[in-house]
Amino acid sequence: MIESRLPDFMTALPEIWLAGAAMLLLLIGVFRGNGGTRMVSWLAVVAIAVAFVMVAVSPAEREVTFAGMFVSDSFAKFAKELVLIGSAATIIMSLGYIRREGMERFEFPILILTATVGMMLMVSANDLIALYLGLELQSLSLYVLAAFKRDSLRSTEAGLKYFVLGALSSGMLLYGCSLIYGFTGTTNFDSLTTLFQGDAQAGIGLVFGIVFLIAGLAFKISAVPFHMWTPDVYEGATTPITAFFAAAPKVAAMSLFVRVLISPLVGVAAQWQQVIVAIAIASMLLGAFAAIRQTNIKRLMAYSSIGHMGFALVGLAAGTTDGAQSVMTYLAIYMVMNLGTFAAILAMKVKGEMVENVSDLSGLARTQPMLAFVLAVFMFSLAGIPPLAGFFAKFYVFKAAIDAGLFTLAIVGVLASVVGAFYYIRIIKVMYFDEPGDAFDLPVAGELRLVMTVTGLFTLLFVVFPTPILAWAQGAAAALIP
Amino acid sequence: MEQLLLSYLPILIFIGLVVVVGIALMAGSFIIAKQEPDAEKLSTYECGFEPFTDTRGRFDVRFYLVAILFIIFDLEVAFLFPWAVSLGEIGVFGFWSMVVFLGVLTVGFIYEWKKGALEWE
Amino acid sequence: MIVQAIAFYLFAAIIIASAVMVIAARNPVHSVLFLILAFFNAAGLFVLVGAEFLAMIMVIVYVGAVAVLFLFVVMMLDINFVELRQGFLNYLPVGALIGLILMIELIFVLTAGTVTPVVPAATGAPIPAIGQVTNTEALGAVLYTRYIYLFQASGMILFVAMIGAIVLTLRSRDGVRRQDAGKQTGRTRAESVEVRKVAPGGGV
Repeated sequence: MIESRLPDFMTALPEIWLAGAAMLLLLIGVFRGNGGTRMVSWLAVVAIAVAFVMVAVSPAEREVTFAGMFVSDSFAKFAKELVLIGSAATIIMSLGYIRREGMERFEFPILILTATVGMMLMVSANDLIALYLGLELQSLSLYVLAAFKRDSLRSTEAGLKYFVLGALSSGMLLYGCSLIYGFTGTTNFDSLTTLFQGDAQAGIGLVFGIVFLIAGLAFKISAVPFHMWTPDVYEGATTPITAFFAAAPKVAAMSLFVRVLISPLVGVAAQWQQVIVAIAIASMLLGAFAAIRQTNIKRLMAYSSIGHMGFALVGLAAGTTDGAQSVMTYLAIYMVMNLGTFAAILAMKVKGEMVENVSDLSGLARTQPMLAFVLAVFMFSLAGIPPLAGFFAKFYVFKAAIDAGLFTLAIVGVLASVVGAFYYIRIIKVMYFDEPGDAFDLPVAGELRLVMTVTGLFTLLFVVFPTPILAWAQGAAAALIP
Repeated sequence: MEQLLLSYLPILIFIGLVVVVGIALMAGSFIIAKQEPDAEKLSTYECGFEPFTDTRGRFDVRFYLVAILFIIFDLEVAFLFPWAVSLGEIGVFGFWSMVVFLGVLTVGFIYEWKKGALEWE
Repeated sequence: MIVQAIAFYLFAAIIIASAVMVIAARNPVHSVLFLILAFFNAAGLFVLVGAEFLAMIMVIVYVGAVAVLFLFVVMMLDINFVELRQGFLNYLPVGALIGLILMIELIFVLTAGTVTPVVPAATGAPIPAIGQVTNTEALGAVLYTRYIYLFQASGMILFVAMIGAIVLTLRSRDGVRRQDAGKQTGRTRAESVEVRKVAPGGGV
């Protein structure tokens, strides 16, 4: 009964490395004090880069280890690479900000590292318990990060709100997991897959379990009706953290969502498809309409991210490999656009003070044409205007939905993106046609320019070189259904 | 199963006894003692003063920090019990597994020590 | 057997009653005390199903640590609980509705649920008979080897909790004199005593 055989640790090497690096950097940080924050941050970026290489060179074949709890396949590889890029970009973007705002504490990069480890565990989860632990590791780090600027009332409020609602959603998720376990007798995804093969009938208890699981995961990607925390947390948390929330954790949670629904639960797709369709429609519409009246750009981006998660769910609702591929493509493009937009928001600084109102952008085209141009590119792309990357992201999810016969969903999606285009284009109007206000401080920090340049080029040039990303996403999606 | 529950029977009897004795003592004093409450007898006695403020003052947040750090190490110890019992079976692998776990928490411990979280000032 | 049944209904009834009191008690400290009572009885229920280890952990961790933490939190927050309660009646219908929905769901699940046929096979296999191996041993046999991944992941979560608690609540206070034994005993005569020639009538 006792397994004295060692499990295969090499499969989880990137995670082990990153966890070890987080601990080592914590020790370095605590012995050097807060003065060493910059060094710890750069070392954290290096650690993430090393982990990225480890993920990239790991074999693409499906490997399962730790008694079937942990899986490494090309889907996990894809999601992990995205997550690592998002985390590294966030640390780089935050360097200047945390020093200026007097929150230069070395725990900041450490918590991003632990959140990243959590996200990597999430996307590699092959078991309901492993899923939960990964999710908690990530969420716990994020709660602390949201409240990181603890002398600011808004930041602590954001942290508290996120924590209370997050705990509630974790409870729902656990309830769902225990119902699934109770009615199937297993928590392992592979066993669940075999169980639901053929003409499997999901009993009503199992359906409740799946719905609770979906509710818990929908909270983590902030899909309607579990979105209430998003605007407040995005607005309250400090801007680099908001950028982080909008990028890597969304990718990880959505990938997890895709894996759970497409891999073990695809056999009972009839049970969850309507739920996903409903929350996709609700998210797209709310994202489109609620953002119109926002004046704070971080709140606006919160509603924008709710809407975008709705679009990504359209691909998931298709429930096919093509659908999964479109979701992964969407996530890659979404993350890059968001990082770029937030780098631009971080450059919004007047006389040393951060500003975050849409009206502060007025006349930016005349005072800072380059920044205005880059932000305009991101806004057009988020709106889904061809030939920018955002258009293709939407195109593939709608195509997947139509191929799966979900015409209503696709039509609502197109309408929602037309409405959504209004508020993105309003920002461009403010930048290009309004009278200039106070000019932003120059020069824009080098690290922000770096992030903006890379993400901007990606957004512009995706139309020319779409194949690598598409092939990559296809490989990832193909790994889900063996 | 029966055997297991039987071994807990003394505890159940003990709990029953405690409840009965507790209720009996309170009820006894309630029934036998003479009770003539008036406003002065019922008021709070604080060295002869009227109480100045609410007795429930706010606790310092440091108590909370100590309590939460205690919980973390309490959980760590909870993991040690099954390990100690089954160490003979799980062998070297099980031993090192726990050492790594303790190592992770030791890193945290060094961090909090160095940070001064264990000092009260 | 009858004792077992009586004990079960007693524990279950006390849990439900104290759970009601947790939300109904006027004084938040009493709420926490009722919560502790609920934890104790839950431990009793665990013993009844044969999960001794969980029962003891319940007492050690929940009663011993979590409840104390709750007490601290209640004492720490300067909230007027009477005022807080005023919204209670407004939210009661919504809360009751959600509770009702959950209850209907539970009834559905319990009555109409069909358990997948493989369940007995899947759940029956790995658990050794309770008479042969104690709970604690059975847990220990798998937790650190077979489930090492989950074990270490929980270690990481505790680690993050430690960092989080310190990041959010530890403040360094100004003007506090700390003891530094090395520095204090390492003082030399030269840096602490100064001999001055004082001229008569001149003062220092």
